[in-house]
Amino acid sequence: MTRAFRPRSLDEALALLADGELAARAIAGCTDVLASDAAAGRVPPAVVDLSRLAELRDIRTAGEEIDIGAAVTFAELRADRLVRRHLPALAEAAATIGAWQIQNRATLGGNAANASPAGDSLPVLLALGARLDLASAAGARSLAYDDFHLDYRRTALGPGELIVRLRLPVPPPGSVQRFEKVGTRSASAISKVVVAFAARRRGACIEGVRLAAGSVGPVPRRLEAAEAVLEGATPATGLAEAAAAAAAAEVRPIDDVRSTAAYRRWVLGRLVRRWVLDLTGPDALSTD
Amino acid sequence: MGERSTFLLNGEEVVREGDPMARLLDVLREQRRLTGTKEGCGEGECGSCTVLLDGEVVCSCLVPIVQVDGREVRTVEGLAGDEAHAALSSLLVREGGVQCGACTPGVVVTLRALLERDPRPTRARVREALAGNLCRCTGYEGILRAVAALVGRKERP
Amino acid sequence: MADLPDPPQSAATRVVGARPVRPDGAAKADGSAAYVDDLAIEGLWHGATLRSERPRARFAVDTSALAGSGVVCLTAADVPGRNRIALIADDWPVLADGETNHVGEALALVAAPSRAAAFAALGELRVTYEDLPAEVDLDAALAGSARELAACAVDHGDVEAGLSAAAHVVEATYETAHQEHAYIEPQGMIALPGPDSAVEVVGSLQCPYYVHHALVSLLGCEPDAVRVRQAVTGGGFGGKEDYPDLIAAHAVLLAARAGRPVKLVYDRREDMLATTRRHPSRVRHRTGVDAEGKLVAVDIDVLLDGGAYTTLSPVVLSRAVLHAAGPYACPNVRIRGRVLATHTATNGAFRGFGAPQTQFAAERQMDRVARVLGLDPLAIRERNAYRPGDVTPTGQVLDESASALQCLAEAERRTGFRARWQALEAERSRALDDGRPRAGIGLSLCWHGVGFTGNGERRMESPVAVRLERGGRLAVLAASTDIGQGTETVLAQIAAEAAGVPFEAVEVAPPDTALVPDSGPTVASRTVMVVGGILERAAGELARRVREGAPGLPFAAAGDAWLAEHGPLEVVERYADDGTEFDEETYRGVAYAVHGWGADVVEASVDPDTLIARTERATLVCDVGKVIHPLLCAGQVEGGSLQAFGWGHLEAARVTGGRLEQGSFSTYTIPTTLDAPAMETVLLEHPGGSGPRGAKGVGEIPMDGGAPALAAAIENAVGIAATRIPATPEVLFEAREAGDDDG
Ligand SMILES: Cc1cc2nc3c(=O)[nH]c(=O)nc-3n(C[C@@H](O)[C@@H](O)[C@H](O)COP(=O)(O)OP(=O)(O)OC[C@H]3O[C@@H](n4cnc5c(N)ncnc54)[C@H](O)[C@@H]3O)c2cc1C
Ligand code: FES
Ligand code: FES
Repeated sequence: MTRAFRPRSLDEALALLADGELAARAIAGCTDVLASDAAAGRVPPAVVDLSRLAELRDIRTAGEEIDIGAAVTFAELRADRLVRRHLPALAEAAATIGAWQIQNRATLGGNAANASPAGDSLPVLLALGARLDLASAAGARSLAYDDFHLDYRRTALGPGELIVRLRLPVPPPGSVQRFEKVGTRSASAISKVVVAFAARRRGACIEGVRLAAGSVGPVPRRLEAAEAVLEGATPATGLAEAAAAAAAAEVRPIDDVRSTAAYRRWVLGRLVRRWVLDLTGPDALSTD
Repeated sequence: MGERSTFLLNGEEVVREGDPMARLLDVLREQRRLTGTKEGCGEGECGSCTVLLDGEVVCSCLVPIVQVDGREVRTVEGLAGDEAHAALSSLLVREGGVQCGACTPGVVVTLRALLERDPRPTRARVREALAGNLCRCTGYEGILRAVAALVGRKERP
Repeated sequence: MADLPDPPQSAATRVVGARPVRPDGAAKADGSAAYVDDLAIEGLWHGATLRSERPRARFAVDTSALAGSGVVCLTAADVPGRNRIALIADDWPVLADGETNHVGEALALVAAPSRAAAFAALGELRVTYEDLPAEVDLDAALAGSARELAACAVDHGDVEAGLSAAAHVVEATYETAHQEHAYIEPQGMIALPGPDSAVEVVGSLQCPYYVHHALVSLLGCEPDAVRVRQAVTGGGFGGKEDYPDLIAAHAVLLAARAGRPVKLVYDRREDMLATTRRHPSRVRHRTGVDAEGKLVAVDIDVLLDGGAYTTLSPVVLSRAVLHAAGPYACPNVRIRGRVLATHTATNGAFRGFGAPQTQFAAERQMDRVARVLGLDPLAIRERNAYRPGDVTPTGQVLDESASALQCLAEAERRTGFRARWQALEAERSRALDDGRPRAGIGLSLCWHGVGFTGNGERRMESPVAVRLERGGRLAVLAASTDIGQGTETVLAQIAAEAAGVPFEAVEVAPPDTALVPDSGPTVASRTVMVVGGILERAAGELARRVREGAPGLPFAAAGDAWLAEHGPLEVVERYADDGTEFDEETYRGVAYAVHGWGADVVEASVDPDTLIARTERATLVCDVGKVIHPLLCAGQVEGGSLQAFGWGHLEAARVTGGRLEQGSFSTYTIPTTLDAPAMETVLLEHPGGSGPRGAKGVGEIPMDGGAPALAAAIENAVGIAATRIPATPEVLFEAREAGDDDG
């Protein structure tokens, strides 16, 4: 039988997770732990419940950052005023995760730590330039989210290390954010492709372009080639097509139970194209 | 043996010992014999196991009992006694929102939570709230008709 | 939104057409209705099933680890008699014996005091496989030496002559995928051993007498020794028609060995792995039309994937073939049908029984022909739709209730289909590639034969009984089950109407083989028309006798007087032969006593950048003969239509290595509320046949028209004509890449 711990403080939790004999695993909303892991017969010998740790449960502003506790649920995120105002792409992503019952339980930190390539919040965290506060019994550190996902379902988290908070910069005025999920149906769907985009407009040109996608390879990733096409660009004929082609060319999607590699590649390009057109007006419509 | 958890179940204090990772769904059905909460999938997809945890809808198949400690659970049985249930239930039945009934307890729990937050939800709001409650029989139209009738709205798609 | 006839005002028809409240509703809504997994039974053990991991292999199960553990374990060697489930062909083993023919097939059974212990015991069993070559889909079956599970053909006129005289000949092939029933309550059964080797089973099932028959034949016992009861059943759609025979057999064998009650309840993944699905199909059409668009010859090849065993495939094929030409008159018709075995889970009964597959092909083919001729989809249908007096390919002359044209007219009146379709066609050709969603509208016309095919009803001679109770109450005794549709309510309405008593005075006995006669299975939309028709006569006859016995007295008093004077009164009526004939060899004659008709209009929007289609509105016109209960009737139309839309574009189902890849509710995506269109149901009444007041049944026809109408709407929106469903974005994308579009 599994042993369960309900620590009252982060330090207590970290101490439990550091105990090698215990081999404990963190649990938050349990929407992954009970849905897939338990079904596959992977029952941990011990669990440490994060859901009562105040340090992980709130959303606040800190300077030019919005600072989100790892155990904040998607229901809380999508309802939060700060998030809706400054991080609309994250609010939108939160609203597409599972359905109401899931959003009431699933946490942002759990989504990141679970590291499914289809995790819907992950491209948003990439596009919005998140930083993570990580902690283990050995100490705390800060990590750019860009450096978090190493390989398929492998993250930079060390043994016994937790995501404590996720910090997202408040975007400057003139910023745009976009989120799009291509799911298996209109709600309660896992992504076939998920894309997030952030940029600023300055005069006629676009800057600070960050474009990221999930379900197009083993890890959620920035679309650097497409970003490079767009960075500093002014609307011009063929820009949207060029960015779309770059995005489609730099990803390595696969055929799986939910979609095909060919469709994923195509749809990613189409969504990038659509956003660029939206942002730059019909000038960027290809003439051919 | 096992861990002890104490919680309020339909207003009554319950003390339970056993596997802390046991699913709330199993504790309800097997130990408390509250079989109105159904298992349609066991992985959070169908919503037929929906209960209220501190007033919020959750899939009881995805809640380990250890996380219920110190909290309040309401099942369809606990909601079914009052007038609000009588009104909702009779409209669900009259408007064709109940066929085989396998989804119905979950639908009832979700709708109660919605109506608590928004006593006059629009059709769009009801559809969104119910997106995690699969029904294979009704095409959802009868369920939506029932809510429309309940809140006195002439149903307009 | 349902647009339903108002309850009639006249006193003569107080019950039929009214909306009495279904008696099982409140208990379902408060959680007290007892489904099989909810039953508390003293000393109950739990069963579990060891399943094949291979599509085709010789295998051996080593059970030695369980020796002396107290756990019950059974293999094929423990099955009495011939180890077959008695159905149409005796090829379906109770437990695979040395060779398995599909992933998920039952190889061995265990039972233990708890579910956890049963699953732990399963883990102790060791299976060794020796793989054999497997044919896991139609392509492989065609290329290999697949068994033919059934074949049939219809010939009418001279097809080759017709085709050579045609102004245009249009050829295309259409495919439909597996579909999961996805009833929300998975399958389950409890067996309770009684004294003297008697046995009782209670479970989630559609056809108590199918299970009864299978168990009597398995055990080689007297019919009286087996009792089958239906628990409240959480949906069926055909999925609980054939498969429960097997689960019941398993539960009974485990209970007999354990000497105590045993429960077998599947979880979702097990249910999806092992139980039946809709037959995948491949249908080829060659259609000849004259210059005006009248059909002159139709040549159709129907191929169904039957899965591993025969079960109901011959019946599914026969219905598929008989509906394959659609509701259209044509002088020269040839239809060939075959079911091939594959090494996949057996495909079985599913709402519509083969007709949705072939009518998807027929409807899309009509649209294709219309395009060749430059006609709109309504025009080609109006030109060819059956009228009363027309002759079907089996030589059946259609009666006055053939309402195809009325259905089309009503659909047009409600939606303005033709103008909208033409406007959207024009819009598409002008559309910019700017990512804006595109609207599309599609139309389908379908028919559906009610009741068993051909001589089925005659052979069954189903009895239905009505018994007089004290106080003028009536008990209806029929084996029809309620799997959600509201059977209990509808049968009570029919009896009340026929006897001239209030709805509340009628009680429908629970489906329990110890209490009710074998009035046949709850399938083929036959409950209202066939069972209801017999019931109408029985109830009418009973009331006549009672009233004649005491003229002038109120019914209740007259009834009590009868009981006091003569003792118990039970009237049994049987299916009345209508004198028609159907030749099962030549497929000539009256295939169905009567047909339901329907026209669907679907409005969809398609995102051109993702090719995701959303159904926005659906107008569902359905001629049901006579509306017994408007709400329950609309419920069948709405629920069936959404299943059709799911099949049409969402429920991706692909078999790899003999296993359905989408084997859970996370990967197999049935429609949610947000996938469902706003539905307007329009019920028409063109009475026909022997049903009560001419009611023709409504269970299945809603499954026929949804998918082709949706595919047509997608074509109207983005110019991609999907020949394959579900028309997922991936399928549409591939079709576009292959150049099958004009968008
Ligand atoms: C029906 C259903 C629908 C879903 N739909 C979607 C969807 O649409 N989009 C989507 O992206 N996801 C979806 N998911 C998955 C989503 O719910 C999870 O990824 C969720 O965000 C995980 O959070 P949790 O709190 O439930 O994590 P848990 O299940 O509690 O934990 C998941 C993993 O993360 C680890 N973990 C949790 N918190 C931390 C932390 N703070 N630090 C370090 N490690 C931690 C745990 O140890 C565990 O390994 C769905 C799940 C279900 C069951
Ligand atoms: S059983 Fe919990 S969601 Fe299906
Ligand atoms: S009524 Fe059967 S699943 Fe909803």
